Amino acid sequence: MDRNSSAKSKLEILITGFGGQGIVLAGQVLGMAASLIDHKESTLTQSYGPEARGGACSAQVIIADSTIHFPYVRNPDILVCMSQAGYDKYARQLNQDSIVLYDQDMVRTPDISADCFPIPATRIAEELGRKMMANIVILGFVTAVTGAASVEAMIKSVCDSVPSGTEDANTAAFNKGYEFGMAVLKARRKKAAAAKGGES
Amino acid sequence: MKPAVLTGEHFITGDVACAEGALAAGCSFFAGYPITPATEIAEHIAGRLPEVGGVFIQMEDEIAAMAAVLGASCAGAKSMTATSGPGFSLMMENLGLGLVTQTPCVVVNVQRAGPSTGLPTLGAQSDMMQARWGSHGHYEIIALAPSSPQEMFFLTIAAFNLSETYRLPVLIMADEVTGHLSERVVIPDASKIKLQSRPRPKGRKDRFKPFQPGMNGVAPMAHAGDGYRVHVTGLTHDERGYPSMTAEAHVEMISRITDKIRRNLDRIIMLEEYRLDDADVALISYGISARSSLAAVDEARCKGIKAGLLRLVTVWPFPEEQIRRLASRLKGLITVELNLGQIHLEVERCSAGTAPAYLVGHPGGTVITPGDILRKIEEAAGVK
Repeated sequence: MDRNSSAKSKLEILITGFGGQGIVLAGQVLGMAASLIDHKESTLTQSYGPEARGGACSAQVIIADSTIHFPYVRNPDILVCMSQAGYDKYARQLNQDSIVLYDQDMVRTPDISADCFPIPATRIAEELGRKMMANIVILGFVTAVTGAASVEAMIKSVCDSVPSGTEDANTAAFNKGYEFGMAVLKARRKKAAAAKGGES
Repeated sequence: MKPAVLTGEHFITGDVACAEGALAAGCSFFAGYPITPATEIAEHIAGRLPEVGGVFIQMEDEIAAMAAVLGASCAGAKSMTATSGPGFSLMMENLGLGLVTQTPCVVVNVQRAGPSTGLPTLGAQSDMMQARWGSHGHYEIIALAPSSPQEMFFLTIAAFNLSETYRLPVLIMADEVTGHLSERVVIPDASKIKLQSRPRPKGRKDRFKPFQPGMNGVAPMAHAGDGYRVHVTGLTHDERGYPSMTAEAHVEMISRITDKIRRNLDRIIMLEEYRLDDADVALISYGISARSSLAAVDEARCKGIKAGLLRLVTVWPFPEEQIRRLASRLKGLITVELNLGQIHLEVERCSAGTAPAYLVGHPGGTVITPGDILRKIEEAAGVK
């Protein structure tokens, strides 16, 4: 099944986690990449207030080919979870076609019909030496799996958004997440082909 | 020095776009007191004003902030402040001083839910009548309502131009959602931005009367230190600016501050129509609620209901004539706003029973969804 969503005319993306994980920055990077570099329409609304500083936090990004009137996510096509609380709060908004991308060490996704893509994002970031880059790792993963924005746009947007001097480290984090995503997709295709071969 | 106009494409919040719009309009003075959800305007412009040779002052409170903004304008600076509900209440006294002394400036209210401290981090549009009548006495005011970061940029420029042209404080009645929403903002080349400046006195200094209306009913404004007579008072005053405690002087002064607006409505009122030409039902909305309304219009059209939107870019002065005309030809008017019926009262007044006036309102803390509006459209169109 083709999971590349870039063909869809409007994508609603919900990124959730704890305040401090860089959830809003992740939304900013994605929205900016789509808007300024891929030249699509995009909006970003975000948690604002005490929840953005430790509690459950979210960033809502909409990416579309035409003008976006209502800037809030109503039916998330893509739910990104960096914390259990973020998943628990928004899982009920998922529909059959939604996909969920989550940090497998932070989130359990019981009894869910939506298609799930786990990644050890925080562990990968720790291996790269900076746990706080987990948000950039998961952005690479989201880019590979969903195609919500182009790779080139995302890397430029990451570099424009992170503190100067950390561009290389963050690009490496993005690439790790992206490669992980591409490997997952490849494994899925292989499995699907094998299943098809078994049937015939 | 860095450029005041950051020509290019940016992915920024409405608050930041507002601050950049002020700089593009030539604002060189900001006095304020930080308050959620308007803080980012002060924060951003505090960094930017020194880069362009301007001045930022954090005042002890909003009463002083408004006073400082008026003082800077009297000295010749394009000046502004930004606040939210509680601060807007404190500014009401000196807003009146700005109106009676005909002092140009821009006041931004990024609305949150009230009364009182209310919901600091969550949006509303419930200060709309306060914008109209919050300061005591009778006056006219101009208030604009942006519904996107791009419009936060352009309407801030428009607000400065209107304040300079008509010599009064102009209000930008934004809301928390528009203030914190990030979107693409295109900032044009500086040469493409049209700027207005207050009319200035010419000729003999001994004959100058600081409040004698000139063209458009607007008196030329002398700055402190120009050499022309300057007399600034909150008391009722004559054309010379001298206090005059009579009913006749008061009628004349109130005429001066109201006529300049009433006689230029066509130049001041900005409206945007969406799918209204063949509509049976019109939504009337502004700010973030207008965006929910746009989505609802499209969803109603998909169901075969002819809905349209009249978006109030200028909320005050109220577009009375346009609402009357709509009421005379439509099945119903639905006001959509994040309060329990403020602009709705004006729509009811202007439609005067010609067409039924409905309200989709909410006291704030959330946004009105397209679904909420769609249900009312169906009711007004007689579908359900």
